[in-house]
Amino acid sequence: MDSAIQDKAAGGTQPAAAKAVLEVEGLKTYFFVRQGVVKAVDDISFSLAAGEKLAIVGESGCGKSMTALSILRLVPDPPGRIVAGSVRLDGRDLLTLSDADMRRIRGNQISMIFQEPMTSLNPVWSIGNQISEALMLHQNLSRQDAFDKSVEMLKLVKIPEPARRAREYPHQLSGGMRQRAMTAMALACNPHVLLADEPTTALDVTIQAQILDLILELQERLGTAVVLITHDLGVVAETAQRVIVMYGGKKVEEAPVVELFEAPLHPYTQGLLAAVPHLAAMSGLAPAQSRLKEIPGIVPALVNLPKGCTFAPRCPFASDVCRNEFPPYETKQPGHSVACWHADALLGGRHA
Amino acid sequence: MSPPPSDSTPHISNGSDAPDTSPAGSFEAELAKAGANVRSRRGMAVFLARRYPLGGVGLAIVLLFIFVAVFAPYITSHDPLSTNPAISLGAPSAASPMGTDFMGRDLFSRVVYGARTSLAVAFGATLLGVLFGVLIGLASGYLGGWVDLTTQRFIDMLQALPTLILAMAMAAALGPSLVNTIIAIAIPKLPSIARVIRANTLSLREMPFVEAARAMGMSEMRIALRHILPNTLAPLIVLATAGLGTAILVEASLSFLGLGVPEPHPSWGRMLSESAAEYVRTAPWLVIFPGLAITLAVFGTNLLGDALRDLLDPRQRTSN
Repeated sequence: MDSAIQDKAAGGTQPAAAKAVLEVEGLKTYFFVRQGVVKAVDDISFSLAAGEKLAIVGESGCGKSMTALSILRLVPDPPGRIVAGSVRLDGRDLLTLSDADMRRIRGNQISMIFQEPMTSLNPVWSIGNQISEALMLHQNLSRQDAFDKSVEMLKLVKIPEPARRAREYPHQLSGGMRQRAMTAMALACNPHVLLADEPTTALDVTIQAQILDLILELQERLGTAVVLITHDLGVVAETAQRVIVMYGGKKVEEAPVVELFEAPLHPYTQGLLAAVPHLAAMSGLAPAQSRLKEIPGIVPALVNLPKGCTFAPRCPFASDVCRNEFPPYETKQPGHSVACWHADALLGGRHA
Repeated sequence: MSPPPSDSTPHISNGSDAPDTSPAGSFEAELAKAGANVRSRRGMAVFLARRYPLGGVGLAIVLLFIFVAVFAPYITSHDPLSTNPAISLGAPSAASPMGTDFMGRDLFSRVVYGARTSLAVAFGATLLGVLFGVLIGLASGYLGGWVDLTTQRFIDMLQALPTLILAMAMAAALGPSLVNTIIAIAIPKLPSIARVIRANTLSLREMPFVEAARAMGMSEMRIALRHILPNTLAPLIVLATAGLGTAILVEASLSFLGLGVPEPHPSWGRMLSESAAEYVRTAPWLVIFPGLAITLAVFGTNLLGDALRDLLDPRQRTSN
């Protein structure tokens, strides 16, 4: 029902020629637990052009990571299951592939960087060995060639003394180094799509910036499309071209990054942005707001989502229609779509 | 261990050829103790022997027994099986350093050849037990579900019986032979190995690196064998080496009871049983020497197992 809008949205900021490498349509991943059905990912659609940088933002538990895991078909089953939708990579539907075919896609055409660099590497194998394994598996390289390529990859992610580091074990590397090594492993087979699931959350701030810069630089150099999953709007502003805001398992807004920051249409997005501290205000250079704004209320439990718009209980603009029916995605500006009954009023209010 | 002189500038030598002239000699000692600058294989061996002296002793004992077992014919000139009634129950002498038994067989030769039997049974049973124990534990822990449920009940059954009783039952059922003794001793080993591997697998399969491996396109089989199994190696090696000692003991016990390795293979346990009741007062060497052999072998394998546990922790591995 929203695919037409999606297609338009995808074409919004990208040149029309850019072909979509990844198209997710109507993806629904549900968890069947004792308390009921948890709709972790509920009707998510988006498309990703080659070489594009897309960010998915939202609070903990809004379904960001599950979206990524669903794309790779790594949803823990049971209790989770992808119940509907399609995920097309270069036109091929991944959800209908055999397990063996899917394994050939993972790490080769789509790879993923995880949140925890400290534990995402196997402690008993050397770094080079682990990168080599992926290369031997997907590219049929010999052990020696794979190792040489691993050293090359480590050099690419700017690890000093790559030949020596390749023989070291994860515990001998710092957190930032490990995330670099993970990045090297994820990019070793030159994938079309890189899913980065909060790649900088576990790192300290200076290292975060380095890792983000690195991912972006390599992304541009290798032409990989990136889906960056984060809750950090600062990271989004620095890195993404386009942003999807998720709330309660649903996509509530999608826009080019500048537009999202300048003119958010969904009350949730507005709330999120208002909650970001501003350096100018904090240091007293700008008119100070004494407290950061917060979004009242808490994230609803996914097992017991409110009828209608999931955000309605916390929304200052909520009306009866919001509490009864989930709003349709509508494109309000080129490339900017939103699911809110009052988006027009909010948009009008701003432009008036 | 003395603290460095406070007036000296801390200076970490990289062990290069240039002589260290700074007054930080104690650092050198500390570094040497920590195994820095060890480059050669021989240097590594010396370092390890210093770091784990008991482990070195254990290894020496195990190697000694292996050496004795392999080169038995060159170590003793007597045939362990040839009898000579004329020198029955002879006391230790120059001709037979450990004396002779009631059939006049040279005890030294029998102890030496007995090492073959003991080690064959110990290593054979351990290998067999580890192989199947790991298989069961890994499948049980990694697959979970009904596989786990059924195998664990089977393991419960095995564990309900004490090691020796179970080995006796198995040995009695299978009949006496070298291979059957190995099987009989391997079976009681399964529960402990399978349990440890299963417990480790259960926690390891939830580790992020397993999910990362999956996201890299690894098959479940590959993840289990290449990513989970090596992480369980340290406890497995300790269990296996400690189990060597137990296996030697159980073999001796089975042979003592007449259920173990049959004649003509000389077995330390049977040597004890043949002589314990009748000759322990008149010819104590018949009990002392096989008993010493058993004790020493078990002692050595246990020391080695403990040192291996410390050593095989990957966090202590260096990069060279």
